[in-house]
Amino acid sequence: MNSPGRIELPAAPVAPRRRFVEFLLGGGLLASAISFLYPLLRYLIPPPAADLGSDTVIAGRVGELKRNTGKIFRFGSKPGLLILTAEGEYRALSATCTHLDCTVQYRGDLHEIWCACHNGLYDLNGRNISGPPPRPLEAYDVHVRGEEIVVNRRRGA
Amino acid sequence: MLARVRDWLDQRFGWAELIAPLKKKTVPSHRFSYWYFLGGITLFLFLIQVGTGILLLLYYRASANEAFESVQYIMTQVQFGWLVRSIHSWAANLMILTAFLHMFSVLFLRAYRKPRELTWVSGMVLLVLSLGFGFSGYLLPWNTLAFFATKVGTEVAGQVPLVGRWLVIFLRGGEEVTGATLTRFFGFHVALLPGITTIFLALHLLLVQRFGISVPPSVERERQAPGRGAHEIHFFPNFLLRELMAWYVALGVLGVLAALLPWELGTKADPFAPAPAGIKPEWYFMFMFQTLKMLPAKIWFIDGELLGVLIFAAAGLLWLLLPFFDPEGRGRAQHWILGAGIFALTYIAGMTAYAYMAK
Repeated sequence: MNSPGRIELPAAPVAPRRRFVEFLLGGGLLASAISFLYPLLRYLIPPPAADLGSDTVIAGRVGELKRNTGKIFRFGSKPGLLILTAEGEYRALSATCTHLDCTVQYRGDLHEIWCACHNGLYDLNGRNISGPPPRPLEAYDVHVRGEEIVVNRRRGA
Repeated sequence: MLARVRDWLDQRFGWAELIAPLKKKTVPSHRFSYWYFLGGITLFLFLIQVGTGILLLLYYRASANEAFESVQYIMTQVQFGWLVRSIHSWAANLMILTAFLHMFSVLFLRAYRKPRELTWVSGMVLLVLSLGFGFSGYLLPWNTLAFFATKVGTEVAGQVPLVGRWLVIFLRGGEEVTGATLTRFFGFHVALLPGITTIFLALHLLLVQRFGISVPPSVERERQAPGRGAHEIHFFPNFLLRELMAWYVALGVLGVLAALLPWELGTKADPFAPAPAGIKPEWYFMFMFQTLKMLPAKIWFIDGELLGVLIFAAAGLLWLLLPFFDPEGRGRAQHWILGAGIFALTYIAGMTAYAYMAK
């Protein structure tokens, strides 16, 4: 330790000052790191898309669908599924599979709603009846207004 | 002329000194040696990806309105465009295949033992990066198959607890898979992933160079028997020429596949069309895809997906840390690792085969 010719400085008075300087330096570096990282993280997340937020949409026209078929319509930025059942009744549901986000389709041969991605099945009320989907599809209200088929999001849904 | 260039370099950089270790470098040669070519072939295919990728960049346009059309243009109008794209797709798939084979051969020949733990870890990082390349590149032609595969793949990321939703929005560039997702995936595919991969590839090769190539324990034991010595060959030129022959064979296989079975383009993605039947991810994600497909919606009180994702994440982490359970390559841990390797190989192969056979 005490090599000849080396002067040992008294350690005690230096330490607090050094610690203080280290604290300032470390704190400063940390603060600049945060001030770089925060905008970076915020930048990674895109601003929310301007969803026009309409709860009502015209999904199609009367006579457009044959009985026992379905079609996809745009509901804001998401797809919806409009079905004319074999009994001639309109049904409208969200077309986004609750499993992993695929777009479902109506299967006339099964009289059910089918997701091709993982073989999920829903009945005409949107209830998940087989396969991996964990939740039912959101069902919408359908009205026929003149020639137009109007779909409403249900209140409180 | 060549001698003068060498002299010039030698006077400035000490060229002779620099390449001296290369001249002395030797590589073990034994009956399992051929398995060790898989790493080199993977590297070769990666280099092909860099080259063909740069060529595709000359014509590709990364936007939802133009991506499909630009790939169509490459394949129908640009001279040999179909070949360049076909090579890029085929080499990508072969590279994943050889990387997997390389990984399993390293596991079964126990090349991960001390001191090569970090070589294994860096290799695993490279494998994950390769899967990232595959996943992001799959979307770029903006066809129906890729669109829904990306929807499902990114939604799986959403199952991660706590940060899942955030992760999905980060990956998709919004709530849905749109042109914003294409822009991001393009950036990941041509800038972010190549950059990170270069670093890990350099590290991986540096470690391989530092520790030399492993000799399997069984061969090592045989060599300790009296009258048997270690058999080594010179890296330069003996090993290098063999390696180049392996690359040449790989190039031949790649050329035949790319020319005779050109990669298809499919139909343009339509976000407002139902998912068509037969939707599937790339084959190397199939075993995970099939597992998720078979899990019921609820297991006990946990979502089937969540459980599946958690199990795969835990298995992946254990796999990454595998060498640390058996640093010496002997004892009971070794049998567990061998068992885990056989199980993983069987599971991946079995589930992949099942996914293609079952509807």
